[in-house]
Amino acid sequence: MMRDVDLLVVGAGPAGMTAAATAAEHGIETVLLDEQDQPGGQFFRPIPATFDADALCRSNPDYAAGEALRARLAASGVEMLPGRKVWSAEPGFRVDAVGGAGLEKWRARQVILACGTTERMVPFPGWTLPGTIGLAGATILLKAHQMLPGRRTVVAGAGPLLLAVAVGILKAGGQVAAVVDLARPLDWLRALPGFASRPDLLRRGAGWVATLKRHGVPVLSGHAVTSAEGDDCVRLVTVHPVDGSGRVRRDRPARRFEVDALAVGNGLTPSVDLSRLLRADHEFRPEIGGWVPLRDAAMRTSVPGLFVAGDCAGVAGAEPAQLRGVVAALGALADAGRPVDRGQLAKIQSRLARQERFGMTSARLMTFPQGLVETLVPETPVCRCEDVTRAEIDSALAAGASDLNQLKSWTRCGMGPCQGRMCGETVATLAALGKGGRQAVGAWTVRQPIRPIPVFAVDQEESGK
Amino acid sequence: MSKDRLSDLRFAAGKRPEPVTIYVDGSPVLAYPGEALAPALLAAGVRVLRTSPNAGTARGMFCLMGVCQECLVWVDDQLVLSCQERVRAGARVETGAPL
Repeated sequence: MMRDVDLLVVGAGPAGMTAAATAAEHGIETVLLDEQDQPGGQFFRPIPATFDADALCRSNPDYAAGEALRARLAASGVEMLPGRKVWSAEPGFRVDAVGGAGLEKWRARQVILACGTTERMVPFPGWTLPGTIGLAGATILLKAHQMLPGRRTVVAGAGPLLLAVAVGILKAGGQVAAVVDLARPLDWLRALPGFASRPDLLRRGAGWVATLKRHGVPVLSGHAVTSAEGDDCVRLVTVHPVDGSGRVRRDRPARRFEVDALAVGNGLTPSVDLSRLLRADHEFRPEIGGWVPLRDAAMRTSVPGLFVAGDCAGVAGAEPAQLRGVVAALGALADAGRPVDRGQLAKIQSRLARQERFGMTSARLMTFPQGLVETLVPETPVCRCEDVTRAEIDSALAAGASDLNQLKSWTRCGMGPCQGRMCGETVATLAALGKGGRQAVGAWTVRQPIRPIPVFAVDQEESGK
Repeated sequence: MSKDRLSDLRFAAGKRPEPVTIYVDGSPVLAYPGEALAPALLAAGVRVLRTSPNAGTARGMFCLMGVCQECLVWVDDQLVLSCQERVRAGARVETGAPL
């Protein structure tokens, strides 16, 4: 199947839904693709369609906002196609997806990428044990599946998801054995001025801390998980203090917790595989998550007709994501020669700029911990897909692997099904040690397919089914 | 154990539909239609979904958003990401694939 469309939006999270609905409401033919079976992305991820969401909407304003945006999308005239995995894209634009009915090829005049982020991980021995999930994964489990990760969970890592997950578990009736926060009280204090423009978030954070205290949950600031142990699933978590740059202090006493689940994560990084495949220029901005596409005030990338919206343009949160969606849609409309209210666009851009300033402050708290990576023990499995340890990566670096692509050829890191999404940050940080920073080691070349696709889908296409 | 939610890992949020039976490695398991499969397996005590091809270590769901590719299982003879697959009555699930 090959179809032409004026505007193709990839990703139906807060940014993508808003961009698509805005464009369609202005009369432009718009198709929205998402790999999940319902729109919402991560922040507005819905509970299963077979469950009744009324009570949730009444008790949870975020959930109600997601439902409202889904309703707006449905009424806007957007052709929303769920269950579509985009696996390739070419300049011009041609976008390939695989969905329920097989392969779909789209030719679009303009494209808005709203692909969101993935979570960054710092590995440790035992991180591959079942029962260990990401902080983002725990958020999804709690919000979209109405389920606890276990009876007794250690919640660890960094960033705003840390406390949200711990409190979410407590409110759902689960136990939190400990909160293990890489950040130290000084890091939070330094970020405080940035929170001045968001007193609502400060209040919420204070409420979370109070809830943890009330439940007697130990909060270990300036600590990190250094190992997880168990037979076939996690049973014991070991935690060590870290110094100001995240280096593990193995000379100091460790604490151990008996658990049946571990939720761990280290902030978010923009998903830029499609923007790279489409040859947009990128820059490395650690304070907003890492590599991000260069873009202007109307969310245009360096490629004419290609726009970005939401966190894939730099981590900023759900509210800026929706504003970026509007800006990208209006930008696309204007470039397509459609009438656009410039006054409205300017107002939204200025609101967005204010919100982005705040987002940058909290993102600094999520700077990837170089020190923690530096002190990984050699036997730490870094690449989950291929079971490649730090020792093997260090050997390849010592043998002269000079950039990430060479390192990938020599060690197999990044060749597995996750395509380097789980180990990428760690591998890049290891490679960059002593090489003058992340820009010096580059990024893995993105090639299609950017998602594993089932052979049968291609097969059916070939045999004309 | 919360009999009405089939497991003490599920918590009440809204109404769930009537549970259905799926088969996991031959054994019947109750789950809710429309739930994602990996969480449904977790609630039933099934955490090990496959083994890693190189070192043969036990693996389970990890990212829950279709990125890590850890949660691959066979459902009715198709390899699927169980974090995205929805529970259907009568589905035959096989875990433990060395993929």
